[in-house]
Amino acid sequence: MAEAIQVPTASDLPDPWTVPLDKMNVANAELFKHDKHGEYFRRLRKEDPVHYCPDSEFGAYWSITKFNDIVAVDSNHKVFSSQDNIVIGDAEPEFLTPMFIAEDPPKHDYQRKAVTPAVTPGQLADLEGLIRQRVCALLDDLPVGERINWVEHISKELTTQMLATLFDFPFEDRHLLPYWSDASTTSPAVGAPDVTYEQRHEILQECLNYFGRLWQERAEQPPKFDFISLLAHNPKTKDMIKDPMEFLGNLILLIVGGNDTTRNSISGGVIFLNKFPKEYDKLRADVSLIPNMVSEIIRFQTPLAHMRRTALEDIEFQGKQIKKGDRVVMWYVSGNRDEEVIDRPDEFIIDRDKARHHVSFGFGIHRCMGNRVAEMQLRILWEEIMKRFHKIELVGEPERVTSNFVLGYTDVPVIVHAK
Amino acid sequence: MPKVTFIEHNGTRHELDADSGLSLMEVAVANSVPGIDADCGGACACATCHVYVDESWLGKVGDKTDMETSMLDFAEGVQDSSRLACQITLSAELDGLIAQLPESQH
Repeated sequence: MAEAIQVPTASDLPDPWTVPLDKMNVANAELFKHDKHGEYFRRLRKEDPVHYCPDSEFGAYWSITKFNDIVAVDSNHKVFSSQDNIVIGDAEPEFLTPMFIAEDPPKHDYQRKAVTPAVTPGQLADLEGLIRQRVCALLDDLPVGERINWVEHISKELTTQMLATLFDFPFEDRHLLPYWSDASTTSPAVGAPDVTYEQRHEILQECLNYFGRLWQERAEQPPKFDFISLLAHNPKTKDMIKDPMEFLGNLILLIVGGNDTTRNSISGGVIFLNKFPKEYDKLRADVSLIPNMVSEIIRFQTPLAHMRRTALEDIEFQGKQIKKGDRVVMWYVSGNRDEEVIDRPDEFIIDRDKARHHVSFGFGIHRCMGNRVAEMQLRILWEEIMKRFHKIELVGEPERVTSNFVLGYTDVPVIVHAK
Repeated sequence: MPKVTFIEHNGTRHELDADSGLSLMEVAVANSVPGIDADCGGACACATCHVYVDESWLGKVGDKTDMETSMLDFAEGVQDSSRLACQITLSAELDGLIAQLPESQH
C-alpha cells in the first residue's frame, strides 16, 4: 500500500513560546516557508540570544540572534572561519565547490579583489543608463489591470538581465542564469525538499561547461570589466579554469549573489508596501524617499536568512562556551528585528532614521560585494514604477520558498493599476 | 572643543565643532555630511566611512588596527592617507583636522 504523501503545514510547527529551548530548531525550513520564524527568533533574542541546538537535521549548531552579536561574529574572521561552509548544512565532501565567500584570507582576499571592479560605484554609474532603459522596457510591457506573477514578470527578469550584463553573458541565453542559481540554492544543505544531490550536480555541470567556453573566449580577448574577463586576466586567478570545481564554486557565488537576493527584495518591496498602505501613501507623496526605502526593503526582506561560520578555537562568547569546530549560525533575519537596535523593527517604515543600519549585507571582510548593484536596481525600478503606476496591488498571499537560507518567493500575485 | 573640516569630493567644505571623545564618523553623521554612510554604526565592519586624512594630520590620528587595515583593503580608491572615520577619536590634539571624502563609498 502506498503511503500518503504528507505535506507539512503551518499547524505542524511547534509553539514558539512553549517548545523547550533545547528542542528549539530555528533552522527548520518549514518555519520560513510559512513565514512563522519571527516569533521563534523573538523568543531566542529575549530568553537565550546565543542559543545551542544540540540536534538537528544539519547537526548541532549555535544561533547568534542579536544585531550586535552578529556584527561581532561576522567581523571576527580569525576565530569564526568561513572555510568550506557558509550555510548551516555541510557541503558534500565529494562535490566541494570552493568559492571565495567560503575561504579565509589570503585566498578570499585576492579572488574577491579580482572581481570587485565589475561592481564598484564608478563602474555602476556607467551602467545606470542601460539598466534604466531595460527597467522602462519591462514596465512599459506589463499587462495593466490583470492578475500577474510579479516574480516572473519583473523580479526574476530584471535581476537576470543585470546579471547577464555583469557577466557579459549571451543575452538570448540569460534564462540559464536563474535556472543555475535555483539549482545551486535548492539543496538539502538548506532544508530544501524533493531534490537530490545528483540532479543538482547534473545541472551545475552544464553551467560549468557553458562558462568554460566563455572563459576561453574572454581569455583570448582584451580585458574587460565583466566577471569572467576580470578573472581570466588577473595574474592571481588566471589559472582558476584549471580547477573546474573552484571555477564552478565562484560562478555559483557570483550568480546566486546577484540573483536570488535582489530578486526577492524586488518582490518583497511590493508585498511590504501593500501590507503597510500608509507607507505607500508616503511614497506617492514624496518619491525622494526611494533611496531610504530601498535600504528599508533590504532590511525588512533580509534576502539571506543566515550565514554560517565554524569556530577555529574554543571561545567564550556572551557567557557561552563555544568549542573549536562548532557550527555558528548568524541569523541576519533575527538581527534585523532586534528591538534593542532597531526602533519598531516589525514595522516597514520607508522614512526610517538610519535605514542603512541593517545586517542584510553582512559585516567584515565577507560583506556583500554587490550591495551597490542591488541598491541601484531597486532604486531605478521604484523611480520608474512611480512614474507609471498608481499601485502595484497584491491580490493574494505570496508563495514562499522552502529554505532556511534564501528567503524568497515563487509567486507574488498582483494587479498593476495605471496612474 | 576641536574643530574638524570635511571636504566633499565636489569641494564643498563642512567646518564643524566637535565634542572630544566622539569619533570622526559620528561627527559627520550628526551633522549630515553627505558621503559618509556608516552602515555598521562604528564597528569597523563595513568600510562605508572611508576618508582621506590630510597628510599633516596622519601622524596624530593614531595607528590602524588589523581589522581597519583588512576592511580598507576592500574599499575603493584607497590611498596611503585612507582611514575609516569611525576609528579616529577626536581630542583637543586633533583641533583643526581636515578629512577629504572619496567620490563614493562601496
